[in-house]
Amino acid sequence: MELDIKLIDDNGKRLDGRSAEELRKIKIEAGVLHRADGSCYLEWGGNKVLAAVYGPREAIPRHTQNPLRAIVNARYNMAAFSVEDRKRPGPDRRSREISKVISEALEKVVLTEHFPRSAIDVNIEVLDAEAGTRCAGLTAAGVALADAGIPMKDIPVACAAGKIAGQVVIDLGKEEDNFGDADLPVAISPRTNEILLLQMDGHLTVEEFNKALDLAIKGCHAASEIQKKAILDKYQSIEGAE
Amino acid sequence: MSIVPLIKRDYISKLAEQGKRVDGRRFDEYRKIEIETNVVNKAEGSARVKIGNTQVLTGIKMAVGEPYSDSPESGVLTTAAELIPLASPDFEAGPPRENAIELARVVDRGVRESEVVELDKLCLEPGEKVWVVFIDIHILDYDGNLFDAASLASLAALYTTTVPAARFELGEDYPLSLKEPPISCTSVKFDNFVVMDPSLDEEEIADARLTVATDKNGDIRAMQKGLNGSFTKEEIQKVIKASLDTGREIRKQLSESTGK
Repeated sequence: MELDIKLIDDNGKRLDGRSAEELRKIKIEAGVLHRADGSCYLEWGGNKVLAAVYGPREAIPRHTQNPLRAIVNARYNMAAFSVEDRKRPGPDRRSREISKVISEALEKVVLTEHFPRSAIDVNIEVLDAEAGTRCAGLTAAGVALADAGIPMKDIPVACAAGKIAGQVVIDLGKEEDNFGDADLPVAISPRTNEILLLQMDGHLTVEEFNKALDLAIKGCHAASEIQKKAILDKYQSIEGAE
Repeated sequence: MSIVPLIKRDYISKLAEQGKRVDGRRFDEYRKIEIETNVVNKAEGSARVKIGNTQVLTGIKMAVGEPYSDSPESGVLTTAAELIPLASPDFEAGPPRENAIELARVVDRGVRESEVVELDKLCLEPGEKVWVVFIDIHILDYDGNLFDAASLASLAALYTTTVPAARFELGEDYPLSLKEPPISCTSVKFDNFVVMDPSLDEEEIADARLTVATDKNGDIRAMQKGLNGSFTKEEIQKVIKASLDTGREIRKQLSESTGK
């Protein structure tokens, strides 16, 4: 499809008025669900995501148990009403893949060896979708894990970068994702800059890739600050806490 | 029944004998209800309802589809509920099971039988093209009384629904036309106590459950009894009376928060 919309205008502004290195607005709240051991509500631009953590608890079915460590089961799910054309409820190939890469990313930071034979279930529900849901979901999952008191080396965080109208930019919006040239979601452990998740589709030169990766990592650090603030906000608001 | 519910049952019953409930409510007292509408931009209409700690989100999507052959001139309504594992440690992923299906069907019946949605106005070309209304119920936090939360969220979402005509090149968007809603109130019975708006603990030990939907005129529009216990006639009459009173309050709140 030929695009008849200009993704970047003459002043270097993008469709939603952002500059190339500007993130969409991120809002995070920790501990929003009563039943969950830890939870998080996150808005990232037009994305609205809830994450809930249950566990560590006995891994069922038992053959999934690992005698040496816990398994982390992330389940990414989109609400039927979260997209333009209603999505059929339940997992599809896309959400299974996203669930898998998120699980693997989280397993890297969680101290799984503390909980042999257990499962830590991380449920990510996308309520409203507008490009970048896996990054939003993983970022919410990081806060929910911390809220659940799961021991971790770090709070994982994600952000995407991409290429639109020949230019490398951070955090693609909806049209940018549909009509852009490349999308590169990245998750990191912000303390060490280890990369926990990396996917790419589209077309980038090596130089562009390096630039995009740097931008995405920069975005991760910005989002990480908001994550930490959300957790602090929750525990500071508890009576008697300093 | 495993050991924990037995201990819980003992505790809740002993409190009830003193006329008390675990969370300090009166027997006929409803928890605090919060209704928030238009929470999902991608949906045609949406609402998040909280009853105490229970949280339900309903989103409405609409599409153009074919009518059923036995009703070629009316729109199609489908309701689905997902008990997603986000909402409770006991919910499992996968296709809807018994509980989710019962929940969706009870909500569906409430909406369909009371003719809140005027399906005959959703016909585009008789026998060929009609609007399909999808009601998708997402349970976010499960702390008892899903029936009431799900139906209230669905009604509130319907009230804020805009028919996406422009997207389907059928003229301009317009609000979905709706009639007066019936309001559901659920009570449960354990031992010989009947309490309204059960919390999760009360629901887990309940012998019988009764949902009563009442309309603006004080008439009953739907009832559903659940679980394997029984009610006496007097108990049912009491439940209906309480449901009417509470229903009136909830209706007021629904109309205030949806502006209709």
